[in-house]
Amino acid sequence: MSGGMGLLTVFVLSVFVGFEVVSKVSTTLHTPLMSGANAIHGVILVGAILVTGSASGAVEVTLGLVATVLATVNMVGGFVVTDRMLEMFKGKSRV
Amino acid sequence: MTKQNWVDLAYLVAAVCFILALKGLSSPRTARNGNLLGAFGAALAVVTVLVSADLHHLPLILGAILVGAAAAVPTSRRVPMTAMPQLVALFNGVGGGAAAIVAYLELPHAGSGFPLVASMFTIVIGSISFSGSVVTFLKLQEVITTRPVVLPGHPLLFGGSLLAAAALSVVAYAQHGTGTVATAAALLTAAASLAAGVLFVLPVGGADVPIVISLLNAFTGLSVAASGYVLDNVLLLVAGTLVGASGTLLTRLMAQAMGRPLTSTLFGALRGGSTAGSAGPGSDRPVRAASPDDVAILLNYAHRVIVVPGYGLAVAQAQHTVRELADLLAERDVEVQYGIHPVAGRMPGHMNVLLAEANVPYDQLKEMDEVNPQFATTDVVLVIGANDVVNPAARQPGTPISGMPILDVDQAQNVIFLKRSMRPGFAGIDNELLYQPNTSLLFGDAKESLTKVVAALKAL
Repeated sequence: MSGGMGLLTVFVLSVFVGFEVVSKVSTTLHTPLMSGANAIHGVILVGAILVTGSASGAVEVTLGLVATVLATVNMVGGFVVTDRMLEMFKGKSRV
Repeated sequence: MTKQNWVDLAYLVAAVCFILALKGLSSPRTARNGNLLGAFGAALAVVTVLVSADLHHLPLILGAILVGAAAAVPTSRRVPMTAMPQLVALFNGVGGGAAAIVAYLELPHAGSGFPLVASMFTIVIGSISFSGSVVTFLKLQEVITTRPVVLPGHPLLFGGSLLAAAALSVVAYAQHGTGTVATAAALLTAAASLAAGVLFVLPVGGADVPIVISLLNAFTGLSVAASGYVLDNVLLLVAGTLVGASGTLLTRLMAQAMGRPLTSTLFGALRGGSTAGSAGPGSDRPVRAASPDDVAILLNYAHRVIVVPGYGLAVAQAQHTVRELADLLAERDVEVQYGIHPVAGRMPGHMNVLLAEANVPYDQLKEMDEVNPQFATTDVVLVIGANDVVNPAARQPGTPISGMPILDVDQAQNVIFLKRSMRPGFAGIDNELLYQPNTSLLFGDAKESLTKVVAALKAL
């Protein structure tokens, strides 16, 4: 399978997985789920690192570093704030 | 195995972590572990790229990551739970911004054909997500008005900015993404897209903002997926697509919880008619004010009490006081339950989080469908800092909240509103319920009022 076709296959299958995994979520968890998904797309940090690492010229490097900071905020902040929300739910199932 | 094989394997593990994280987040028992698994996957991916890729400027990159983490961790730890929705919006926005910058930098190397299209797509969607999220943040922070804002010629401006972004993208594409013209076209595309993001969110009314956050979240996911395609990075493609797909579904579920199709949430104000709001039947009509003692007596002799908490309770940090009141009533054989509207607070599920923080027993929290049939046999309903979710105007056509499912509080024997003032709710419309003969109002900060009621109840 050539590169382009391979990526397209992965894309289409991921769409179905994405729909499937959240199809039975209760309203109670909408907010943490949104926040968790938000943290996951913070993985754009990998892209920001790759682009900055191959950038040349002051403007490009600076832009790359800005993207790296923004992506880190998205990823780290996202996971921490989601964990804080979910901390509130602990022990609930034991009641 | 070659180095590339190991890298791909690590990315595969990270992708599986993300899928299991989303799956875990869908159920209360597994949610916290799910989130931790997602964080593990993300950390694995970052370490992998730092170790494996041939990177220039490594000290600068590590510095940038430290700066980002140093900014994000204290903010997310200290922000009050009530301000969480706007924080999530902001985090989403910066992610979209990062994706747009990555695509812009990658543009000259994208070559031609599909990857080039994907680059321009990322610039457009990432920029829309960034500026849209910032406007959402400002709305939720109440820096700008929460009412729908419609500029003169709004639909034309919005359509025009999208067309401009598309046309400029074509220019950049025709130049194969390289050279001064392509760079200028890409920057102008970003500018037009930023404008489109602002124009997209401005006409959305305050109560519908959470749905927009969810939609912009899905947008950012898609832009990350597209940038994964450009960079030939499977992990970004999978993670972005997962968020894009699940975010789209989640947005639809939220819109359903509000009882309205997504299009009317987003574009309702543009079609006109629904922004008139509170100008209607004047707010100087007489209402019945009650004292804390009146409220205490009413509660003491009730058999069944339902508490309807809203954003006002959250702002006043009154969740602990309300639990104290509920415990006191339970000692006196009064049955106490909480009626939780799906969008109580500022986001779906927000109120459950806040009450869980105050250790309110889970079995006392009733969802809307469960609690609605019970109002007719309820003696007292205590509405604390909520307004739109109990507003009967939702049952009539032609108001900003028409069609939104509400708690049928008006069927109860007595309704007590704890309110700071006669100011209308987040949706900006008057509440007919406030003027009914069986409604009384206790004005003041929710926490202070509740503390007085608790004291009065103890004295009885």
